[in-house]
Order: sequence, then C-alpha cells, then structure tokens
Amino acid sequence: MVRLTINGSSIDVNVDPSTPLLWAIREQVGLTGTKYGCGMALCGACTVHVDGQAVRSCMMPVSAAEGTQITTIEGLAAGGVLHKVQQAWLDHDVPQCGYCQAGMIMAVAALLKDKPQPTDADIDATITNICRCGTFQQVREAIHAAARA
Amino acid sequence: MITDTLKISRRSFVIGTAAVGGGLALGLHLPLGGRAVRAQDGSPEINAWVVIRPDDTVVIRIARSEMGQGTLTGLAQMVAEELECDWAKVTTEYPTPGASVKRQRAWGDFGTGGSRGIRASHEYVRKGGATARTMLIQAAADAWGVPASECRAANSVITHGRSGRTTTYGKVAAAAAQLTPPADVALKDPQDWKLIGKSVKRLDTMNKLTGAQVYGADLKLPGMLNAAIKDCPVFGGKVKSFEAATVRGMPGVRHVVQVGDAAVAVVAETWWQAKTALDALPIVWDEGPNARVSSATIADMLQAGLDADEAFVANQNGDVKAAIAGAAKTVEAVYAYPFLNHAPMEPMNATALYTADRCEVWAPTQNGEAAFAATLEASGLPADQCEVYKLHIGGGFGRRVTQQDYVTQAVLIAKQIPGTPVKLLWSREEDMTHGRYHPVTQCKLVGAFDANNTLIGLHMRIAGQSILSAVRPEALQQGRDPVVFQGLNPSGEFAIGYSVPNLLIDHAMRNTHVPPGFWRGVNINQNAIYLECFIDELAHAAGQDALEFRRTLMRQHPKHLAVLEAVAERAGWGTPAPQGVYRGLAQMMAFNSYVAACAEISVTDGNKVKVHRIIGATDPGYAVNPAQIERQISGSFVYGLSALFLEECTVKDGRIVQENFHTFDSMRIAQMPKVESIIMPSGGVWGGVGEPTICVAAPAVLNAFFNATGRRLRSVPLKNHGIQLV
Repeated sequence: MVRLTINGSSIDVNVDPSTPLLWAIREQVGLTGTKYGCGMALCGACTVHVDGQAVRSCMMPVSAAEGTQITTIEGLAAGGVLHKVQQAWLDHDVPQCGYCQAGMIMAVAALLKDKPQPTDADIDATITNICRCGTFQQVREAIHAAARA
Repeated sequence: MITDTLKISRRSFVIGTAAVGGGLALGLHLPLGGRAVRAQDGSPEINAWVVIRPDDTVVIRIARSEMGQGTLTGLAQMVAEELECDWAKVTTEYPTPGASVKRQRAWGDFGTGGSRGIRASHEYVRKGGATARTMLIQAAADAWGVPASECRAANSVITHGRSGRTTTYGKVAAAAAQLTPPADVALKDPQDWKLIGKSVKRLDTMNKLTGAQVYGADLKLPGMLNAAIKDCPVFGGKVKSFEAATVRGMPGVRHVVQVGDAAVAVVAETWWQAKTALDALPIVWDEGPNARVSSATIADMLQAGLDADEAFVANQNGDVKAAIAGAAKTVEAVYAYPFLNHAPMEPMNATALYTADRCEVWAPTQNGEAAFAATLEASGLPADQCEVYKLHIGGGFGRRVTQQDYVTQAVLIAKQIPGTPVKLLWSREEDMTHGRYHPVTQCKLVGAFDANNTLIGLHMRIAGQSILSAVRPEALQQGRDPVVFQGLNPSGEFAIGYSVPNLLIDHAMRNTHVPPGFWRGVNINQNAIYLECFIDELAHAAGQDALEFRRTLMRQHPKHLAVLEAVAERAGWGTPAPQGVYRGLAQMMAFNSYVAACAEISVTDGNKVKVHRIIGATDPGYAVNPAQIERQISGSFVYGLSALFLEECTVKDGRIVQENFHTFDSMRIAQMPKVESIIMPSGGVWGGVGEPTICVAAPAVLNAFFNATGRRLRSVPLKNHGIQLV
C-alpha cells in the first residue's frame, strides 16, 4: 500500500511499490489524462508535477512519489478556471490529436513557473516532448501568449 | 451487396467498402419521413446527419474519424453551412457502423484515409444539411399555415417574412422529423458560403486540455480486464509454445491465452500487471524462414529490380530508350527510402466484449466499417449481432485505416473470456515492431539531354514494395499497383507536373515479408524526393536555375507551377538569401491538391543542418478551414522532416530492430522551422489537406542542402550520412 497525494487529495493505492507512478495514476487512481507513450521517459506524454517539478511519471516508481504533492492535468485548473497555459492552448487552437498535449501542457506550466518569460532558447532546451501531429509552431506561439497573460 | 436481412458476409461487406474507397459516389439512403427516428437521447433526428434537441442544440453526425487533422470540425462546418444553424449550438457525435449497416449505409463511407474525409463526402453531407433545413422550414410553415417559400432560416431561427413570426429549430424539430424529405435540394453557390472557408475554432479542443478526452487507451468499462500482447517478432512466424504456469500466480493475472497462431496475451486486473507478467512469460516462437531476412538482403533484392527487364508501366510517352541511347549527355542517380513506422503517440489498442450472441468493440479506428468487418470475422457473428463504437484517436497517420489487426486481436482475446470486457493495449515496443510499415523502395533515374542542353528523356524506375498486394490484392490492375505511382501519373489526382518528350515511369514490384501499410501520404514521400531532387540534379547538369529549369518543363501544368511560383516569390527566389542560408524548392500534386515548398537552411561543420524557414503552399481547390489547413501544413512538415532526418526501421533476423523512440526518433520543438503557409484555393475540384504537403518539405531541404554543400544525399534517413538536425 502506498499513500499518494494527487491534486490535493490523499489516496491509498494497493500496488507493488515498483509500479510506475503513471500506471498507479491511470489504473488505481483512475485519472487517465496522463498518457502512456513510451514507458522510457523519452516522449513526455506522461508528464506530471511532483512537488512542482515536471516529472515523466512512466519511469518513477510509485514508492518514490510517496509523501510528495502530485499534480496531474486534471488538477491543473484551479477552482474551475483554466490555467493560463490551458487558456493559451484554447485561444491558439493548439491540439491536433491531443494525446501528447496533457504532458506538453504540464511541462510548459512547470517551465513558466521557473521562467515566467521564457525565451525561444529556454523553450527549446526545456520542452522536449514528442508530438507526432507536429503542433510545435502553435505550441511555441501559445507558450509566449501564456507568458504574456 | 448489403442485404436487408443484415446477414452479410464479411467478404461482401469488404468489397462494398472497397468500392467506395475507390471514390464511387454513394447512393445514400436518407431515412424516410414518418419513421420518427430518434437519437439516443430521444431527440428527434431530422435525417441521418442532423439531430436537433428541444434546447436548439444541433448534433451533427460525423462518419469519418477525427485523429487531429480537423475533419470533424470541417465536416460540421459543411453541414452547418447548409443547415443555417447557430454555429455556437453545434455539437457532434459519431454514428456507429452497425447502425449504418442497418440503415443501408446511411452514413456512407467511414474510411478516413487518403485525405478523403472532406473531399469524398462534401456533397452528401452538405445535402444532409440542406435537406434538414428544408424540412425544418416546412414544419414551421405548416404550423403557421403559410407557404414554405415565404419562410427563411438563419442561425437556427425560422422567420416568416410577411408576418414577421419567428420560431426556432428546437421547437419545430419533432414535427420536421415526421416529414418526407425533399427528393432533391439545391446547394449554395460557393461564393455564398458564410461558414465554409472560415477559420472557426476546432470543436474538440477543450477536453484535450483538461484530461477529460477519452481515447481508446483510456476506456473503462465495468468489470473490465486488461491485456498485454506479444506477437511473433518475425512476421509470418508462429507461437510454438509458452509456459503459462510460470506467470499465472503473479499479481493480478487472470488469463494467459494464445491469440490466433502468432501471438500470446496475458490478461490481468491492470495493464501494468499484464505487461509485467507478459515480460516474464517464456514463449518459444517458430520463426520460420523469414528469420533469415535482413535489411541487406532486402536492399539487394530491390537493387536487382532497378535494372530488371519486366516492370509495370504507369506513365509513358515517346521512346525513352531511344532518347537515352541517342543523347548528347545523360545523368543517372539511384535513391532509396526505408521502412517507417507510424509511431502514433497512442499505441494500438481496442476493447472487446464477447458473448455467445453479441460482440461489441470500442476502438480508436480510422475506419469504423473496417473495424466492424474485423469484428464480424474474428467473432464469427453476423452483422446484426456486432457493433463498433469509435473512440477518439491519439494519432492515426494511416496505421489505423485499413489493417484492423488490433481489433481482431482484442476480439480473439475476449472470445476466450466470454462476458468480460477486455481492453488490449500494445506496449510501445509491440507497436514499433508490429507496424504496417511505410513500404521500402529504391529508384533509379536517368535523364537525357540533347546537344542544346534540352531535356529530351526521363526514365524513372522504382523497385520495391506494393501496399495493395498486401492489403487489397483485388484492387491491383493486372498486377500493377497504382498506389506506387502517387504523384507520377499522366493525369488524375496524383498527376506529374512535368512534360518530357520521352518519358517512362515504371515499377519493378519487389515485395518483402515486412507488412506494408498506408502511411501519411505514403508514396508521395519518396516519389517527391526521387523526382524533385533529380529534377534539381538535371537543372544543375544543364547549368540552369532550379526554378527556371522547372518552368520550361511545367508549361502545360499551370496549377503545379502556380504553387511553386508562389513559394518562390514569397521566399525571394533569385534574390540573395541571408548570409549562410541556402534555399531549395520542390512541388508535387497529390490527393487532388497542388503543393510546393521552399526551404531555407544553413549547414555548419558540414553536417549540422538548421532548417530556418519553410514556405509551404497548397491549392486544395476549396479551403474549408484555413487555420486548420495551416496546422496541417506545419504538422505534416514535422512528420516528413522527422522521417527525412531521423527515422528508419531496419530488419535483422527477420524482425524490426527499432523498439522505441530512442532508436526511432521524432523531431522536437527545438528543431522546428518557422513555417509560412500560402493557401491558394482555385476552386472547381476538392483536394485533400491532411497528407499532400508532407511530401515537399524533404526534397526542398535536400535541394537546399546541395546548394549549401554541393553534396547530393540520395538515401534516407540523413542520420546515416552523419547529418544532424539542429
């Protein structure tokens, strides 16, 4: 049994402690906004916040997440108001298939917390998520728009 | 073909859908009036395409699949344009293939490939909207006792001109649903369109921002179990044995089952438990003779095809052999393009629930009817006992359009556990090694010049795989696969843009055991590299500017030339580029759209390529949603350039070597060029959008690379030449 704090709520999950956080979130907690893409922390579709830092949850054992504050895409909007990254994504019609976008949004939200006005170089260095639809041009525009918001 | 008794065979069903896939306009059977067909929530259905709820919400049925390309929003715009409804009240839903079959295919083709989503259904979906509008107006006129001709509709409000009375669609929908639909309806003149051509926002964005969107991989059903699967690593191999007892006691494991003759699945309470047990499961494979095949043996086979005597001819005029024999100068080059995986972000998956008399499937599929056919075949049940529910797709790119192998597997697993829904999800490794790959080809090109340096002959010999041979052999034309020649035909929706007095384009078919499939654009990707890079080579050999050389050959192809001129002009072709920046051009026609690109790159240290900007142009005939077309242009460039620089699937011991994104990489935002789009619809025909532009980015970059370095790179991916995309 592992106790997780996800989006402000404490949840006991009955899994092997080596289970990746991603699968505990998806299968035990039932929050499926966080996606499986590669299982090797290569693509970023599974990005969540652990104590405010962007983490690829597919390689983090659930035991290592105990005692941390985890935020998933479902918990990003506070009080029913979209996070400024989500709002910029909406304004710029960013997603295509959308499967990678939860991870992309979580990565960008963490970036903006560290660097409220990121340069293109900051974006290039930090946002390494894969998007096979190729939304990068709109992602970049929306990051700058969110930074201005 | 499809009978009223619904006891259709899989074969007749597949033939029926194949005929439609060939572009046959459907005889749609809109439901007869008076039947009071109702939507699932009880709201009256005006016709197959339109449901109106009492609160004026408009539900537009979309038969094609949304996978990011924007078709769902575009098709809704088409229906709403004619319906004259309030766009703010529009929502959408997918009809099911089973329901469509029961209604004589009321929704036509579900196939979402070949960039056909809009261009193959634009007329009948607009008629669906116009028919519904006519019936709603009639219902209001009947209620008021006035002629329908005195009433008009706009924004979901019907107004009687003389009296000024108004009502809304929601108030008259129930009455309208009882009316007999008009036999024919007139469609608007394109110049009167208000919604088509407008960059409205996508209808499907919000749930993708909050995690609420349910993709196939996210489905939860009561009592559902989860399955992980391993197919024989060598295509064509089989399961010899597996030791289920080894993993039966592992946490959560409920079943260990063979799936067909080539795969084994572990079914557990959670997918992670299933995958963990599957990884521990000893399986012995009968790999068969294909285990001796490698990339090198395949390359040798293709190479032999480059000079083979026999080949299928697609495009021929004059006498190319005589032209080459009598030429003052010839230029020759051999190009090659590899196998590629689609690697959609969401791995293959499907959920199935089987009982003795019913089989239901939930799947992210690009073709609901193909998934339905696969369900019938795998379950052994007739059409009226099967149903498929389409779920949102996390990337398709052609992987989920024709081959529904993941649906078949899910049903075969569920059949062994009757009454329990089972969700099958492939690991990324399974997805990478069991794709339906972009076909492998090589191409030998020979150009012939006369003494005046005029191009008098061109022979283009393609050697390699045929997709249709593998997936739809009945569509071959006397053995010839027309899909091989995309962009190279004398006419039609994949027409070549050059006129050469002596021309021969032919194909020596050389198939491999690696299963091929449709892949965004498929053969235009390499055909554009082969043709457009070689045309550049010919221009260089003739000592002419690449644009000027093309202009001479394109005189009889004004629409091809127009998009090329547009990108050249925007880029300032012929004027100096910024210091260290080099330009390259390419054009093609595909899926009835004319496309071109001008790439601007710089090269440092001889091998680090930065793509600064690509100007992309398309003439798709009609532009339904320009903002979404822009996104398809820039997105297609990411897919095409990822393949050019980074991606290939190689074969060793009969199996695919690359298992995840560390060996099959994909472009990141840091490598993304600035993309400028020119959308220049010239009307008259309907062209595709999702695929055509993908093919021009790669040759434009390769031609720019030659201009920068003097090096011709003739095989893909460029990483094999030591080239880095920075």
